[in-house]
Amino acid sequence: MESERQRPLVQMLGITKSFASVRANRGIDFDVFAGEVHTLLGENGAGKSTLMNILNGLYQPDAGSIRVKGRECRFSSPREAIAAGIGMVHQHFMLVPVLTVWENLVMGLPGLKAVLPKRDVIRKIGELSDRYGLDVEPEAQVWQLSVGEQQRVEILKMLYRNAEVLVLDEPTSVLTPQEVRRLFDTIRQMTAEGHGVVFISHKLDEVMEISDRITILRSGEVVETLPGRMATREMLAEKMVGRKIVFAVDKAVLNPGDTVLEAEGICALNDRGLPAIRNLSLSIREGEILGIAGIAGNGQKELCEALTGLRPIHFGRVLLRGKDMTGRKPMDFLQAGVSYIPADRKGTGLVGAMNLRENFALKNFWRKPYARGPFLSWESIAGETGRIVERFGVSAPGLGIPVRNLSGGNQQRLMLGRELSGTPDLIVAMQPTWGLDVGATEFVRDQLLRQRERGAAVLLVSEDLEEVLALSDRLAVIHKGEIMGMVEDPRSASEEELGLMMAGIRREPAIEGEKAR
Amino acid sequence: MKPRFRIERRLEVPSWMNWSIPAGAVAVALAAGAVLLSFLGVSPLAAYKAMVQGSLGDAWGISETIVKAIPLTLAGLAVGLAFTMVVWNIGAEGQIVMGALAAVAVVRYAFVDNSLVILSLMFLAACIAGGLWAGFAGFLKARWNVNETITTLMMNYIAILLADYFIYGPWRDPSSLGFPMTTPFPDAARLPVLGGTRVHVGIFLAIGLAILFRVLYRWTKWGFELRVIGNNPNAARYAGINDLKNVVLAMFLSGAVAGIAGMTEVAGLQGRLQPGFSGGYGFTAIIVAWLARLNPMATILVSFLLGALLVGGDTLQVVMRLPLASVQVLQGLILFCVLGAEFFRNYRIVFIRGGE
Amino acid sequence: MEILVPILSAAIRSGTPILYATLGEILTEKAGVLNLGLEGLMLLGAFSGFTVTMVTGNPWVGLAAAFCVGMAVSALHAFLCVTMGANQVVSGLAITMFGTGMSALLGKAYVGETIRGLGILPVPLLAKIPLLGPVLFNHDPLVYLSYVLVGLACWFISSTRWGLTLRAVGENPRAVDAAGLSVVRLRYAYTMVGGGLAALGGAYLSVVYTQMWVEMMTAGRGWIAVALVIFGIWNPLRAALGSYLFGGVGALQLRIQAAGTTIPAPLLLMLPYILTIVVLVGISVRKGKGILLGAPAALGQPFHREERD
Repeated sequence: MESERQRPLVQMLGITKSFASVRANRGIDFDVFAGEVHTLLGENGAGKSTLMNILNGLYQPDAGSIRVKGRECRFSSPREAIAAGIGMVHQHFMLVPVLTVWENLVMGLPGLKAVLPKRDVIRKIGELSDRYGLDVEPEAQVWQLSVGEQQRVEILKMLYRNAEVLVLDEPTSVLTPQEVRRLFDTIRQMTAEGHGVVFISHKLDEVMEISDRITILRSGEVVETLPGRMATREMLAEKMVGRKIVFAVDKAVLNPGDTVLEAEGICALNDRGLPAIRNLSLSIREGEILGIAGIAGNGQKELCEALTGLRPIHFGRVLLRGKDMTGRKPMDFLQAGVSYIPADRKGTGLVGAMNLRENFALKNFWRKPYARGPFLSWESIAGETGRIVERFGVSAPGLGIPVRNLSGGNQQRLMLGRELSGTPDLIVAMQPTWGLDVGATEFVRDQLLRQRERGAAVLLVSEDLEEVLALSDRLAVIHKGEIMGMVEDPRSASEEELGLMMAGIRREPAIEGEKAR
Repeated sequence: MKPRFRIERRLEVPSWMNWSIPAGAVAVALAAGAVLLSFLGVSPLAAYKAMVQGSLGDAWGISETIVKAIPLTLAGLAVGLAFTMVVWNIGAEGQIVMGALAAVAVVRYAFVDNSLVILSLMFLAACIAGGLWAGFAGFLKARWNVNETITTLMMNYIAILLADYFIYGPWRDPSSLGFPMTTPFPDAARLPVLGGTRVHVGIFLAIGLAILFRVLYRWTKWGFELRVIGNNPNAARYAGINDLKNVVLAMFLSGAVAGIAGMTEVAGLQGRLQPGFSGGYGFTAIIVAWLARLNPMATILVSFLLGALLVGGDTLQVVMRLPLASVQVLQGLILFCVLGAEFFRNYRIVFIRGGE
Repeated sequence: MEILVPILSAAIRSGTPILYATLGEILTEKAGVLNLGLEGLMLLGAFSGFTVTMVTGNPWVGLAAAFCVGMAVSALHAFLCVTMGANQVVSGLAITMFGTGMSALLGKAYVGETIRGLGILPVPLLAKIPLLGPVLFNHDPLVYLSYVLVGLACWFISSTRWGLTLRAVGENPRAVDAAGLSVVRLRYAYTMVGGGLAALGGAYLSVVYTQMWVEMMTAGRGWIAVALVIFGIWNPLRAALGSYLFGGVGALQLRIQAAGTTIPAPLLLMLPYILTIVVLVGISVRKGKGILLGAPAALGQPFHREERD
């Protein structure tokens, strides 16, 4: 046992990997011992996922080697990595929604019997669930499960394959604070049983809580590896970003003005035709940011779409400055000064194959001076696009290149510039900083605050609790399409209490009274 | 050590690739066709020479090529419009037939002995018939998401059988000695031809519409809407564009343009309706649209080339006694190669030296 | 009841070629590949089945040859769509053009020839069951094979480990890739098997059903099969029912013509095509707008691993 402790379960040496023009990993050394949690910390784009995808056999390194228990290995596919005892839980789950839990667990399992041995599989799932505290219904179809449950399925899938090393890629970003604690219990149980865990995150508090060792990556290189107990929040942040960062957001004190948006008891369905928004009411005033916190998939997208005319409302009303907009077309909302920054920038907010000019025209082609009668004025479009590129610091080789060739941060800057350029009355922003590095994140937050100061009403939907807490003037928690409670002073809210609401426990009026004092 | 390479997505496509890749693809297809021809015991060189001579070798050949390029351009524009929105209208053949049927019906039931009036009426009727035929499929897609590939294709069969019904039945020329064909048009209902050739004024319609489409895509709001829908329907909805309404509208227009091709064929060339009169222009148009990368101006050029292929195929049939199907095989091969060649447009292969 | 027996029996026989093609397309689409080349594959199968039977004198060899031709040509489709990431709709159309042209070009010389194809082989005992016997068990061996294949396909898809990966690769190829299986290999395999079955369906027309070769003899059955996959919501059993429905309409229409009617032939011939549209609209209306339930989520989308988003 002692010798096992001496030798790492997995050792990666001098890993280098490039994509097109980006060098994602440069000469990275990384190892994991049995019984430890080794955290990979870094911003978006620092190369954490690339490194782990190499360990997992999805990508092949351009240079460098991998050793498993001292033996040199070369993984040409995830199957070989799994066979060597390395299992990865991806940030975007690799599950098949229409299959059941047990089917997902054994899909692609080497040495599986020709006829699916359902009963054996379910029994083994039961054993593993008990041992690691990962309970889940084996016969449920995956699409019916909550995100937290789906994550448990992913972890079970790796344990089922006898993985000794588990790589968890941003596992906490989709969980409530309570679920995070539960996940940490599972992780501790796994290390106690001799597994090695690689934990990937950019949330500093969590990293400090769970890690035995921390390796910090920045632009594809290792900055430092240090023991978890020596870390402080400020030190980690500075090493991760490469400069000192300020955690507090500078927010001017404003008195909100007239009510801009009012939703009265609205109900809407999701794409599957099931209720997604139930009897939801909210209102936003000028110069106010209303935050919506909640776990992914609790109706946030449907809410944003219902409030921008993109999704039909079955009951209730939406009022813009007192005018009933229920049942109006998306174009009517646009013309009424509603901007929408969707979470899915590549799938909805931008057209990847079109260039910067055309993507600006996307939301402006119908209005003067960009349209003259039935014709477009590419001149005015190009002029305004150029101004946005400059003002919002979009770095692009030219206005004529397809936007899919821009980095995520630049795409977001372009979209933000387009949505904020027409001095909108109401801004609906969903996950506006998702997947951005610290610099771009700060920029986006700053722009939203400026809009607030200008007098716009902002609806900010985010799964990042820290973000909504820092930016919002008021905060609502959404669960299964219902508002679980409204927090009038987000800075004083307790994480515990918010977590309970995110899990679907309605806020008691008594607590509200208590908060008021 | 084996050479190491990887495949990368191109950031920008060099402009010379826009023509060189389709050209290369056609060359590869012709080479594959040559191999096939030699298997059939035909000298590929002699065959290709005969094709070129027949289609481009003299003034008559060129005029015949243009005659075929006219319906190909019109149908290619029609198909291209639908493809721009990623709506798979593969029913141009049926829409051509419906346009022709409508033109014949006008001559039969509403004849006016004034060329301009009757031709305008025929034009209008053909537009409406072709438009409705395609628009119906567009409506089904927009309303209930009915797969348009299958509906437009089934409607090809139905249109052709409908034409057969009229040609063999109520519209058959009593003086045709039992041959299946409709009564010939009066002169007023014929499109004027140029010089001593069979090239009719439909050529101006084809070129004019191509220019119109170019302006539509590039300079108008509606054209922009169509392109957004085709590239990303979610983004279109997000931008306040009514994608469903536009699908129906664009399908109607697509069918209308194909219908025009049917009208110019009967009024310009044959002057009557016979079975199988379209001869697959609607399907060749798919290749035209794809080779032209849905670009209206390129559609004219590509139509001319494929027109030459069709005329060459006729020559092949006469001179080398090869069935007309050989042209269809060549068309299939061209489409394969054009599809395969797309890969080299979108990706490039990078060889890695050294490494370890 | 008795008068229905010949019609139902004919429905099964004329539905069988469509059924083979539909079954093949179900497997292909379950793997996430759309193959609109069924019409061309069926024609190539009909032609190659016929000529090989003529040359060898053995219909089974002809059928096997057709299956192989179907596999080979759909391998080309797989190459374009899976390896090269080409547009699957257009590639399917190319297959259809190529197959139609090729079968006509090579088959010119064989028009009018006849062969001794597969004959009827009543199943002992079962054929004696009243009503059911003559309808179901008084056919050629290929009809019986199709019964077996339908059952086998249902069982294979729902209960075996390979069926599980098949369902997964059409729904979420990334998951299959992450589980360490080759998405490319799976898609090639099922596209080829699917193409082979489509060609076998075509060969049924020439080797068993008509025992002769005519240009364009499939007359749109390949396209009807594509529609039946949607109608059958990717379920082999429902696809079989759909195929027999269309077989029945075809048989009925022949009977009406033979009985001497005043309805002109072209209008009668339209029936199956109109029915296809009606059936397709019916199933789409019932499911409502949006994503068709049962359609593999990744259908028609190429898969590339080495691309960062």
